[in-house]
Amino acid sequence: MNAMVKAEGVHKSFGAAHILKGIDLEVAQGEVFCLIGPSGSGKSTFLRCINHLEKINAGRLYVDGELVGYRQKGDKLYELKDSEVARNRRDIGMVFQRFNLFPHMTALANVMEAPIQVKGESKASAKERAVKLLDRVGLADKAGNYPSQLSGGQQQRVAIARALAMEPKLMLFDEPTSALDPELVGDVLDVMRGLAEDGMTMIVVTHEMGFAREVGDALVFMDDGVVVESGHPREVLTNPRHDRTKSFLSKVL
Amino acid sequence: MTAAPEKTGPADAPPPGREPETIKAIPVRHYGRWVSAVVVLVLLGLLVNAFANAKVNYHAIPDYLFNSNVLTGLGKTVLISVLAMLLGLVLGIVLAVMRLSKNPVTSSVSWAYIWFFRGTPVYVQLLLWFNLALIFPEINLGFIYRDYTSSFMTPFMAALLGLGLNEAAYMSEIVRAGIQSVDEGQTEASHALGMSQGRTLRRIVLPQAMRVIVPPTGNEFINMLKTSSLAASAAQYLELLRSTSDIGQTTGATVEMLFLAATWYLILTSVFSVGQFYLERYYARGSLRSLPLTPWQKVRANLAMIGQRSKEGVRA
Ligand SMILES: Nc1ncnc2c1ncn2[C@@H]1O[C@H](COP(=O)(O)OP(=O)(O)OP(=O)(O)O)[C@@H](O)[C@H]1O
Ligand SMILES: [Mg+2]
Repeated sequence: MNAMVKAEGVHKSFGAAHILKGIDLEVAQGEVFCLIGPSGSGKSTFLRCINHLEKINAGRLYVDGELVGYRQKGDKLYELKDSEVARNRRDIGMVFQRFNLFPHMTALANVMEAPIQVKGESKASAKERAVKLLDRVGLADKAGNYPSQLSGGQQQRVAIARALAMEPKLMLFDEPTSALDPELVGDVLDVMRGLAEDGMTMIVVTHEMGFAREVGDALVFMDDGVVVESGHPREVLTNPRHDRTKSFLSKVL
Repeated sequence: MTAAPEKTGPADAPPPGREPETIKAIPVRHYGRWVSAVVVLVLLGLLVNAFANAKVNYHAIPDYLFNSNVLTGLGKTVLISVLAMLLGLVLGIVLAVMRLSKNPVTSSVSWAYIWFFRGTPVYVQLLLWFNLALIFPEINLGFIYRDYTSSFMTPFMAALLGLGLNEAAYMSEIVRAGIQSVDEGQTEASHALGMSQGRTLRRIVLPQAMRVIVPPTGNEFINMLKTSSLAASAAQYLELLRSTSDIGQTTGATVEMLFLAATWYLILTSVFSVGQFYLERYYARGSLRSLPLTPWQKVRANLAMIGQRSKEGVRA
């Protein structure tokens, strides 16, 4: 099985609001998978289902061949314990629109926190790797800064380093650049481009069509909780087949 | 310390040679401020005069300030306040977490606890603990502990339980407000990294909640220092106020000893206010771009500035 993520008829409701209405898709190992769509179409919700921050109501969701949030025995599903869910989340990095760095810790401590607390790594080795990661995202000289002493673009790059510190096999990006000033977007996209070149499997919710076209291997257009159109980014972005895709792209391009 | 950057005029400053004329105006006179200052000073003078001529033997106060009985009482006041506050804090955190949990049983138990302990006077609670032996002659916790209540419920235990359990009810509300003030994105980011519920609370949420928790907790502690004086009459706990009034009764210097007690309470609260300042400063790290200066740092900064000025003065 070489699909890193596989969704089969995934449904999600919040109370009476039916948000995801049967999502089917497959993300191959090492692929940069872009997810686009209008606001409220359920992109963030789907991303959050992948690491079980939200529970799905119907369908099946697999990460690296394993069911997300449940265990199947015969034809019965058993909910996973909190500790098992937490264990599975270690391998999935997530980057948020609003960074969500820990404000009471320095950039370095933010990156070291999870390896020490979750993996029980020693302080010295966690620090060594954190320094390397900060260097990789171009922030070696900001290790001692608190998040409030960093620009938005710098904060987002620390957040990426923090996720990478757990050595994930899959990275989820939820509009990582949409809270940034235009001139800061490039630095973050550069880091993501480097990750893609290193073969990281990434699912990226984005409004950066240039990035999707250049770096993406696959692209899905979602609207109103369903996948409307999918294919290679250049294909979909230049020759959208569906009317809803056309009208959406005409607004954002 | 970095040197201040050279001041340069704006780009569109008037051309040199034609200096703009400085305004020389007569400032507004604030007569009202002068009048109110005088009135307040006169009233203050009258008050000081009244106390200076009152029938108070002020010399008795320094004489007994470091009396060994007074110091013992003082130690007991500090001891019971610190321990009761710790009990209140730990139990308060537990109650706050219970109250916020999705489990309806734990959250209603926590609600009921707060309802009872906040809803009844702490004096009544102290009396109840002290008189517990009247309803339960024996304490039996199975294999763990078994004793007569009267020998377990010493004045110290009654004061600790009475003050601490009462405090927990108040602290839990403060802690709950603190936890709820932390952005949900923090919990989410922590969970996404694979951190458990407990670790998220300890490492991520509580340290940030402390910013909201510390100031009212300082208030609570100062209240506790003073409320602990109720433990004397309710539970026979011989703290500061009781030890000073005992001296007052034997020596006849009743009011003087009350003044003395007030002096010690003021000293205690002042010392703990300083501690609170540093605690707040510690938990502000990260949330402010630069931390407020400590008084000591302010003094040094001022000295440095004066030094700089005097050097410049020499040069000029
Ligand atoms: N916890 C929740 N409770 C109730 N409704 C929710 C919750 N989370 C999301 N929703 C609703 O689900 C819908 C989809 O939200 P989602 O955040 O997935 O959209 P999105 O495609 O990411 O949009 P955007 O581009 O604006 O981020 C929205 O209508 C939102 O109001
Ligand atoms: Mg979203």
